[in-house]
Amino acid sequence: MKEKTDNLNGPFKNLSGLKIDPLYLPADVRKSRTGWTDRKDLGDPGRFPYTRGIYPTMYRGRLWTMRQFSGFGTAEDTNARYHYLLKQGTTGLSVAFDMPTLMGYDSDHPKARGEVGRCGVAIDSLEDMQRLFHGIPLDRVSTSMTINGPAIVLLALYTVVADEQGVLRKKIRGTLQNDILKEYIAQKEWICPPRPSLKLINDTIRFCLEEIPQFYPVSISGYHIREAGSTAIQELAFTLYDGLTYVQSAIQAGLKVDDFAPRLSFFFNSHNDFFEEIAKFRAARRLWARELKRRFHPKNPASLALRFHAQTAGCSLTAQQPYNNVVRVALQALSAVLGGAQSLHTNSLDETLALPTKEAVTLALRTQQILACESGVVNTVDPLAGSYYVETLTNQYEKEAIKYFKRLDAMGGMVAAIEQGFPQREIHHAAAAYQHEVDTGERIIVGVNRFVEGHEIPIPTLKITQATEDRQVHRLKRRKARRSRRRLAAALSRLTGAAKEDDYLMPAIIEAVRAEATVGEICNVLRSVYGEYREGNEF
Amino acid sequence: MTRQTKKSPRPRVLIAKIGLDGHDRGVKIVAKALRDAGIEVIYMGLHNTPEAIVQSAVQEDVDAIGLSILSAAHMTLFKQVLRLLKKQKASEIAVFGGGIIPDKDIAPLRKLGVRAVFTPGTSMEEIITFVKEEIKPHAVNKN
Repeated sequence: MKEKTDNLNGPFKNLSGLKIDPLYLPADVRKSRTGWTDRKDLGDPGRFPYTRGIYPTMYRGRLWTMRQFSGFGTAEDTNARYHYLLKQGTTGLSVAFDMPTLMGYDSDHPKARGEVGRCGVAIDSLEDMQRLFHGIPLDRVSTSMTINGPAIVLLALYTVVADEQGVLRKKIRGTLQNDILKEYIAQKEWICPPRPSLKLINDTIRFCLEEIPQFYPVSISGYHIREAGSTAIQELAFTLYDGLTYVQSAIQAGLKVDDFAPRLSFFFNSHNDFFEEIAKFRAARRLWARELKRRFHPKNPASLALRFHAQTAGCSLTAQQPYNNVVRVALQALSAVLGGAQSLHTNSLDETLALPTKEAVTLALRTQQILACESGVVNTVDPLAGSYYVETLTNQYEKEAIKYFKRLDAMGGMVAAIEQGFPQREIHHAAAAYQHEVDTGERIIVGVNRFVEGHEIPIPTLKITQATEDRQVHRLKRRKARRSRRRLAAALSRLTGAAKEDDYLMPAIIEAVRAEATVGEICNVLRSVYGEYREGNEF
Repeated sequence: MTRQTKKSPRPRVLIAKIGLDGHDRGVKIVAKALRDAGIEVIYMGLHNTPEAIVQSAVQEDVDAIGLSILSAAHMTLFKQVLRLLKKQKASEIAVFGGGIIPDKDIAPLRKLGVRAVFTPGTSMEEIITFVKEEIKPHAVNKN
């Protein structure tokens, strides 16, 4: 029988362009993966291949961490927001840095003009970092830091703040994003070229293992790949392949896979297509476990378990009818939970316009609390297992990602593929195709190309003014003038020497931080020794 | 040798990311859409300063500059571009832009001289129409 459509419910394909069948049967599951059995391909939760989750009891044992990404203005502004969020029941902090910090420039650098504190917090110095965590004992929270190019510097700052708070290093917990490959691929905030950047990542992994064992040194991120316009399949494939690249690079640097692999974590996007996202998360766990086992033969089962943070899709939010975003976020958050996330950020309804207001971020957090406490979805582990549709999709996503792995292997790995512009091009094509679907109305976005209202009601937004920059620059200059110049020069010269010798850099960076070298000054050393990355202007 | 004035057949537009933000999904789609629509596009890529943009615009003799920014630094950086164009006596180069720009900043940007601001949800058609109708290819002096 022909299906009746009224243009609102077609064309029955998901965001990756995969055609979805009207009905899924047991045979579809078996057809989508040769020799599929629930025993082999699902297994038990907490056991290889981890399809059903990385813990036996999942949310019955422990809820996900409710971690709202936050940062704006000066360290004091953000510190006040952190105290507010902790009081409202967030269970982890997540630092958003401003653009100059992400690129390793101080607030007084000419390129920082107009950017200071605008879309994250401005951190130049140890003093800023101390202010950021003022009144927050670092043994009592876990902190995620979205920082990549200068990640090694921010990790040193965080460690020194803990030292000065009198907190034992082994007690600090958190996650460093520290995923430079996806910067070249998608987010595009970088300092050095790929090879020295991988060396810096290896140094941070070593530091975490030796000094701060409860810190996750790398959060391998698909979020930004997806935001840049990739499909879910590309997000899955490129992110896991980035992860395999870090594993290989750390092994080559002399680290042991079973020491560091249990300390790797992932960060995915949770977008609009509900079942696609759930399948993606499940496929990610299974594929990571299988590929890691096949390629690197770890002995420790914890090495194979993929733990992940999820964030709802910023790029799916609309400036038009912004209250609709609350509904989008709730659905996306639900797919992350059904997909077994360990940690979650829910976007605020105003984020297509500006950084969120306090009211908007509270509503976003409440969305998670309602899911956790009212919806009942936490009562059982992996409730969608056995759904013919979800299992078929899970198989298809695994298969499609493997196709990309083969292409990337053939290109000589991810660094070579990035240098050839391959993942960048794939994402650009997917983004352009998506835009075309929206422009032609083939893909409906409520409030944008259908159900449009002529008149938009403005919503309140957070405003960051030039005064923030002036204050930050003033403070930085004052601080720079007060330092011991001799101690600073000695520390930076030691760091330069260590970088040139290709030594383990963390001790020298910690010493530089203690000598009050700024983020920009330390990154200048890295730039001068390792060079700066440049991208070709292809579109 | 006679001096001829000949009209260039299509507008020449410099498209760039200004400031430090790396969000280039939108700008690349716009650059591609304009090029596919027959407009001559020079894409400058990421992390450009106002100085570099104005210098390239003058050197490349473009009719317009399209700037993408999602980092909220638009007021400072657009103002700087317009100031530098004036200083270079190149104010005939039109400036337009897009990105995460709150509604309440659009009027002040227009007042500074920004010709159009495209915010999230804008279709490619709108941007193409703007460039085709509002950006006039300037007269090229040929010797």
